[in-house]
Amino acid sequence: MNRIDRRFAELKRAGRVALVPYVTAGHPQPQSTVAVLHSAVGAGADLVELGMPFSDVMADGPVIQNAHERALAQGTGLQQVLDMVREFRRQDADTPVILMGYANPIERRGAARFAAEAAEAGVDGLLIVDCPADEADELKEQLQAQGIHQIFLVAPTTTERRLDHAARLAGGFVYYVSIKGVTGAASLDVDALAPMIEKVRGHIDLPVAVGFGIREPAQAAAVAAVADAVVIGSALVDRLDRCDSTEEAVAVTRDFLAPVRDAMDNSVPIQAEQTVRTT
Amino acid sequence: MVEQALKLKQAETLPDAGGHFGVFGGRFVSETLMPALEELDEAWRFYLKDPDFLAELDRDLAHFVGRPSPLYLAENLTRQVGGARIVLKREDLNHTGAHKVNNTVGQGLLARAMGKRRVIAETGAGQHGVASATIAARLGMECVVYMGAEDVRRQSINVYRMKLLGAKVVAVESGSRTLKDALNEAMRDWVTNVDDTFYILGTVAGPHPYPAMVRDFNAVVGREARAQMLTEYGRLPDALVACVGGGSNAIGLFHPFIEDTDVAMYGVEAAGRGLSGLEHAASLCAGRVGVLHGSRTYLLDDDSGQIRHTHSVSAGLDYPGVGPEHAWLKDSGRARYVGISDAEAMKAFHALTRNEGIMPALESAHAIAYGLKLAAELPKDQIVLVNLSGRGDKDINTVAEVEGIEF
Ligand SMILES: Cc1ncc(COP(=O)(O)O)c(C=O)c1O
Repeated sequence: MNRIDRRFAELKRAGRVALVPYVTAGHPQPQSTVAVLHSAVGAGADLVELGMPFSDVMADGPVIQNAHERALAQGTGLQQVLDMVREFRRQDADTPVILMGYANPIERRGAARFAAEAAEAGVDGLLIVDCPADEADELKEQLQAQGIHQIFLVAPTTTERRLDHAARLAGGFVYYVSIKGVTGAASLDVDALAPMIEKVRGHIDLPVAVGFGIREPAQAAAVAAVADAVVIGSALVDRLDRCDSTEEAVAVTRDFLAPVRDAMDNSVPIQAEQTVRTT
Repeated sequence: MVEQALKLKQAETLPDAGGHFGVFGGRFVSETLMPALEELDEAWRFYLKDPDFLAELDRDLAHFVGRPSPLYLAENLTRQVGGARIVLKREDLNHTGAHKVNNTVGQGLLARAMGKRRVIAETGAGQHGVASATIAARLGMECVVYMGAEDVRRQSINVYRMKLLGAKVVAVESGSRTLKDALNEAMRDWVTNVDDTFYILGTVAGPHPYPAMVRDFNAVVGREARAQMLTEYGRLPDALVACVGGGSNAIGLFHPFIEDTDVAMYGVEAAGRGLSGLEHAASLCAGRVGVLHGSRTYLLDDDSGQIRHTHSVSAGLDYPGVGPEHAWLKDSGRARYVGISDAEAMKAFHALTRNEGIMPALESAHAIAYGLKLAAELPKDQIVLVNLSGRGDKDINTVAEVEGIEF
């Protein structure tokens, strides 16, 4: 059984919502990434998302774009990302790892070879930002052969026809992008979330994760009231950007995620009028 | 032969509904962009058949752009070369100085028809930015142009032109600080502001429907040229030559000739300082198939799939990808793609300027350079039609810099 499925089944039994931090591999320094992942798990992360650096991150905002540029400048390519996953797995056999990135580096490696190597390294899911369901058939086959789930993004504007298409290919969970725009934009509308998530659930029978635009504990808690998983990316990456050492990165990750975990676990489901706004 | 004819017949109906030209093209974008692309696709299909829209487009192309652009027989160069006759399609005479305006007028009218109040554009050389700012001024729309910081420096005159036209120019500092990064930034703006914003993409690259839509707006070049050849020369040309950055002027010229299998087609890429090294921008000649800016196409990347920095003396050709229809034309064998170096383009720039009194854009100078080579190899009774995609006023500073002249 894929680790993602197992993890969501456990969470469901425990009545918990998943916390899913995103970090860019190789940022702020290549040697800090694996330690940051362990620190995230220690602070309560249930799954981890690892960004594969790419030169042209069209769907990402300035924070993650900068992280990719810094990672690339320090030589973190696909090979290094897979090595990091392998190293992470030596100490952590259970936490699902999802790779997130863009199509071209995978195209260059070849889908079949990539899928085999990723599976061997211990990858459980793959989210290719610029590969919507329409273009995903070929990759899907290769991933399926290796037991890796393909994760898809859905947006507030995704039509029902497209939701159904994604439903046929998606595995693990579905990633609901909570805002219009790129990663890191600050305009999450928690009120609008519940009906949208219901719409998604009506078409796709998988856990729903919500991401893009969640940056503080109160928001995470509000989202946790309606979703199965909360993804936090830019807010963490932004803090990591200022770290000069692995020790600092590990501490920053822990200090940022622990209160988020706490808020998610201890919040009463919010009322409709308690709208949370970003600053 | 039959198979080839069938394939070319098929070219008329490409792309498919998902924007595929064979294995190329498509829509490799984040889900957040999909609805915007679908809305655009629907509008473009609708207005492409709307008589009122087309009548207004024709009117603007005639009275605002100055179409039709003439064919010009370059007699002096033809004599010097001593081979085939060299005929130029004079897109340099268009309002704003290049073929780019054919597309921006079309997309501008489409933006207005769709009720958008704000237009954005990416630009490399600044020609597409100027053409976008121009149509925005004429239609009374807000305009934001994204331009790589490196290009802002190289093309300062066009930056000032855009500002005079009322556009806001945003210098993009990320990545290689050139055209590809400007395109990324424009896409980011579009996803964020899609409700009131129309993205005027400047070439036949990007996700569907852009490659097909921009082709359709530029195909006026080829349609005119084909009709002009028949009336003025009583025959079709033997070869077409056009420079290829993203590929819009080339596809605009080529497309109406695709089924004329006796007409050879040559796309000319920027070979920069040589195709054997890394300092060029020739994705069809020296690249491989990958995914960039929303479509599967030939591109220039390193072994780990990172998009490479490119080089060309001409900012408009300095792009690591190429439109997917060119990728298809290359693989199907219908068109051939060749490289012209910085030095060869500079030489052609001077040759056309001094011998014909026409100063070409450095992009177009690549096409001129190959046109001269090709004409020299062909007999005198043949005709080589070269797309003179733009004029060289914008490049005077670059030419002076390359030649070490200070004002
Ligand atoms: C005069 C001229 N020709 C050609 C190009 C290259 O674009 P495309 O290949 O889309 O025609 C440009 C781009 O800026 C240009 O300004």
